[in-house]
Amino acid sequence: MSAVVSPIRKPLITGQKTYHQITEDLISPTEKTPTRAWTIGFVISVALLSVGVFCILWTIWMGIGSWNLNRTINWGWDITNFVWWIGIGHAGTLISAILLLFRQKWRTGVNRAAEAMTIFAVMCAGLFPLIHMGRIWLGMFILPYPNTRGPLWPNFNSPLLWDVFAISTYLTVSLLFWYTGLVPDFATIRDRAKGLRRKIYNFLSFGWTGSAKHWQRWESLSLVLAGLSTPLVLSVHTIVSFDFATSVIPGWHTTIFPPYFVAGAIFSGFAMVLTLMIITRKLLKLEDYITVEHIESMNKVILLTGTIVGIAYLTELFIAWYSGYVYEQFAFFNRALGPYWWSYFGMMFCNVISPQLFWKKSWRRNITLTFLMSIFINIGMWFERFVIIATTLARDYLPSSWSLYSPSWVEIGIYLGTFGLFFTAYLIFTRVAPVVAVAEVKSILKTGGDQYIGENAKHHHEHHAAH
Amino acid sequence: MANHGTEVIYGLYNDEEDLLRAVKQAKADHLDIYDVYSPFPVHGLDPLLELEESRLHVAGFIYGAIGTCTAFLGMTWIFTKDWPNIFGGKPYWSVPAFIPITFELTVLFAAIGMTVTFYIINGLGPGVVNQHLDERITDDKFCIAFDTSAVDNKAAESFFKHTGASEVNSKTI
Repeated sequence: MSAVVSPIRKPLITGQKTYHQITEDLISPTEKTPTRAWTIGFVISVALLSVGVFCILWTIWMGIGSWNLNRTINWGWDITNFVWWIGIGHAGTLISAILLLFRQKWRTGVNRAAEAMTIFAVMCAGLFPLIHMGRIWLGMFILPYPNTRGPLWPNFNSPLLWDVFAISTYLTVSLLFWYTGLVPDFATIRDRAKGLRRKIYNFLSFGWTGSAKHWQRWESLSLVLAGLSTPLVLSVHTIVSFDFATSVIPGWHTTIFPPYFVAGAIFSGFAMVLTLMIITRKLLKLEDYITVEHIESMNKVILLTGTIVGIAYLTELFIAWYSGYVYEQFAFFNRALGPYWWSYFGMMFCNVISPQLFWKKSWRRNITLTFLMSIFINIGMWFERFVIIATTLARDYLPSSWSLYSPSWVEIGIYLGTFGLFFTAYLIFTRVAPVVAVAEVKSILKTGGDQYIGENAKHHHEHHAAH
Repeated sequence: MANHGTEVIYGLYNDEEDLLRAVKQAKADHLDIYDVYSPFPVHGLDPLLELEESRLHVAGFIYGAIGTCTAFLGMTWIFTKDWPNIFGGKPYWSVPAFIPITFELTVLFAAIGMTVTFYIINGLGPGVVNQHLDERITDDKFCIAFDTSAVDNKAAESFFKHTGASEVNSKTI
């Protein structure tokens, strides 16, 4: 290949793979019968999903009164979970869009699974505002369409409506981006399949042939979709933060929220990608495609975004003190030392202190440590949203209306149910589609394969002789 | 490539570098290539095949602009003409508050429009069945095809032999 690769670049595909071997390794998991581990995971996921479905039906039947929200704390686990899941979705778009624009080749190993994760996480997130409406059968009232009620329109000045547009656009664009990437890989599955399976994959692959003109347009489309998704992903969590920042609640009414939320979203999303990929690469034996290099790169993003989040927390504290505004000062005093102090310190420890371990290279490359860290960050980022939402509301302006909140079994069940939905969808995805983008990995083989670059390069000399 | 009944002679190559060299050779020999197929986008191929740059992004811009107008003009009409309403003492036509939705619809229209256009102009879509020259083209083979009505069979065969194709076949697609 004529591309020049820096000699200090480490290989991104190990095991001296050929193109055919890449096809074998990445497609074969969709062709075999499920493993025991997959089946067990699937049964657990469906069980959790069933719990969630039951609790959602319970909520719809009995009403929001089955949750422990009260007049003071009117947003609890529901919106915490919503923001948490939507944040997790952000890593997929960052990997597939922003890293594509930055020409980061390690993206190809993880983008497919991360995009799938985005779609499933956004589905989980979207569930919470819908059921929080109470009367979900009137959910279409949020959409602006000419109706027989006037027509009565939604309030376009409200961040809650901006959220409707942001999240539905985000889900649609992510889905289009993901599916267009999958089409050539479905064609690869199709051409290996027989009988009914071939018919199904022919349908899914849209009749893809691999013609040069199609590839050219495919690359053009991917690039523009990446260009569109980059501001989109930043806008989505910005708008989510507007739900809080445009209110008049001390602790929420801050201009730092948009960048702070976006950094936190990427931070938590990368943690979830790592949690999933460390398990996936082990179970599907993808260690040659999702290497320690990939994990280290992601850990660098985690270190950066975790540090940004840490600076945001400290800035908030400083500004609260510096503002001289007693309500703001009290809000932060209450977060750190009020009744929910444990969630504040959980957040600080998991999100700010623990990722600092990743300054050390050997720890960034340690898979067990990375896995533990990813779990810590998932927990820490959930605490962050809980701190912002529930603990802030618990102590409002009037001490007589101060309150406390803990979730009811219905709320816990719905949260567990979203894990069920997420993992059920992800496990089905690993069975029907290659979890690593086959065509994209092939396209970086000559610049990322260990027989071409790095210490074990075989083709190094002939490669130079050819030019 | 929906025009059925084209008889093509094609050669399969094992590596994209062989493919690029062969395409260069075909150009030098004045052989008119029908199409090139590959398992992944081969960089450097488009200029050799003299493929024009895709104008998909121009279409994307137009779709995006339609989205911008739909959102902004729609909200303007609704809040100033159809049902003027005062929210929080703000003017009816509160432009800054319209920006987020305007942005989202711009992206939404551009993305959906471009993706649909992509599938239509490529002749791809759910249920479309296209003839394939070889099943290994989506795996590890790189293929050059000549239309037999444009390129003599013998010339094509000697070209494939000369440029190191691993297999030569013909097929009607």
